[in-house]
Amino acid sequence: MSDTLISVSHLTHEFAAHRTMFGASHATIRAVNDVSFDIARGETLALVGESGCGKTTTGRAILRLIEPTSGHVTFDGIDVLALQREPLRKLRRRMQVVFQDPHTSLDPRMRVGRTVREGIEAHELAEGAEADARVARALEEVGLRASDAAKLPHEFSGGQRQRIAIARALAVEPEFVVLDEAVSALDVTVQAQVLALLMQLQRDRGLTYLFIAHNLAVVERIATRVAVMYLGRIVEIAAAATLYASPQHGYTRALLSAVPVPDPRVKKKRIVWDGT
Amino acid sequence: MKFAAAVLVLFVVVAVAAPAIAPHDPRATPQSETQKNLPPSGAHPFGTDQYSRDVLSRVIYGARVSLGVAVVAVMLALTLGAAVGAVAGYVGGWTDTICMRFVDAVLSVPRVLLLLVLVASTGPLTVGGIIVLLGCTGWPGTSRLVRGEVRLLKERDYVLASRATGTPEWRVFVSHVLPGLVPQLLVTGTLALATVIPLEAGLSFLGLGVQPPTASWGNIISDAAERPGDTWWVVLFPGLAIVCTVLAVNTIGERLRERMDPRERPRT
Repeated sequence: MSDTLISVSHLTHEFAAHRTMFGASHATIRAVNDVSFDIARGETLALVGESGCGKTTTGRAILRLIEPTSGHVTFDGIDVLALQREPLRKLRRRMQVVFQDPHTSLDPRMRVGRTVREGIEAHELAEGAEADARVARALEEVGLRASDAAKLPHEFSGGQRQRIAIARALAVEPEFVVLDEAVSALDVTVQAQVLALLMQLQRDRGLTYLFIAHNLAVVERIATRVAVMYLGRIVEIAAAATLYASPQHGYTRALLSAVPVPDPRVKKKRIVWDGT
Repeated sequence: MKFAAAVLVLFVVVAVAAPAIAPHDPRATPQSETQKNLPPSGAHPFGTDQYSRDVLSRVIYGARVSLGVAVVAVMLALTLGAAVGAVAGYVGGWTDTICMRFVDAVLSVPRVLLLLVLVASTGPLTVGGIIVLLGCTGWPGTSRLVRGEVRLLKERDYVLASRATGTPEWRVFVSHVLPGLVPQLLVTGTLALATVIPLEAGLSFLGLGVQPPTASWGNIISDAAERPGDTWWVVLFPGLAIVCTVLAVNTIGERLRERMDPRERPRT
């Protein structure tokens, strides 16, 4: 089926909780437990769950920024987990990531232009003046100025930094982007702006997103489908409209009840999920 | 800090400009008996030694040798230490274990003892040989520090982000990890200088370091007469040079360390 871009099946990742003197682990924590889902080309799958539920680990395992314990990930028919070093590096041009905290995801010593340029050079997409032009275009596309390339990250606000991180990811013209809590560290108005930018870029370029978030409200506008994750497992996966209208799983209902309503007169009943 | 820097600059200038400012040839040994063991005077402000040589000129030329040996040896030690530490910390796994156990083994032998054993087995060394010896015994401590720093740096989000864009691993290391090591190497290097200067002086004093007639601060002292108390000036002036340099270098190193370490930054 050519419509599916990413296919994840039975993905499991265990962390060693404790190691013996000889490096063998006797206790493990299963951060990601038998997770399966597909993402169709051009859609946004939102992966939602509380902190520590394994959603970031899932995103990183798909990109092989960590090596999952078991499972399969295919990207456009390519077995991602079986790739050797160099083919994997080449594939990275097609799948990119934007991290949560733009204060730690940009090298404080590196000028913005060089940061954005890194991927362009790594994949030999352009060099010299043409690479400069690409960097300028990438910055302008995310709403920054071409002249910002000469600045250091600390000269920017949080929202602008996140735009730089988006420019870095998009400079190599990927098809798929993991947005790992990409707007969670931003305040609400900036969040809306960055979200709008991400949706604009998706329309323009036909991007496919895996949007990781801990808040169902944030993903409501952008998600095509939503997967709810709890303690390493996906407890519910449904089209966004269906999920918001009639959540099936108790944990999803609890998450929905935690969404704040911006009206002080509305008294909401908060559902507390007890794990049953 | 400013005073320490001034002292250090003074010594460096003296070392570089030695031929221009030394009043006498540091190796000249006038045959006349009357020039031997003279106390400080107008003609010889630091006096003369038992071979009738001008101590001031020897201290000035000694600065060249002592500082030169120390600086080059420290740079060698830093390079080796940074290389081993960076590889161990970045690659991890068995490479790390093997490197670090080797470092532990080297560090378990006191450095002075190691140096004495090595010199005793090789015999008198050239200046180049001493540099290599001091450099090759000085890297394990540095490699430990660098390893720790690399292990911290490689977990940073921006390193992960750079890898995620598809940047080759060596380039991730060179552009994002290595620049982060510079402050630490600067501090470590400065503090290492303060241990290498007395080490070289000690070896030279024992006759195992820089060989006469080349002057180094350490071997000038050993050229005092049979009873150093009688010719105190031959011991005092090179000794003061060593103490002042080490104090200055140490002060600068400590200040740099405080400035680099946010936990020790004075609250304003």
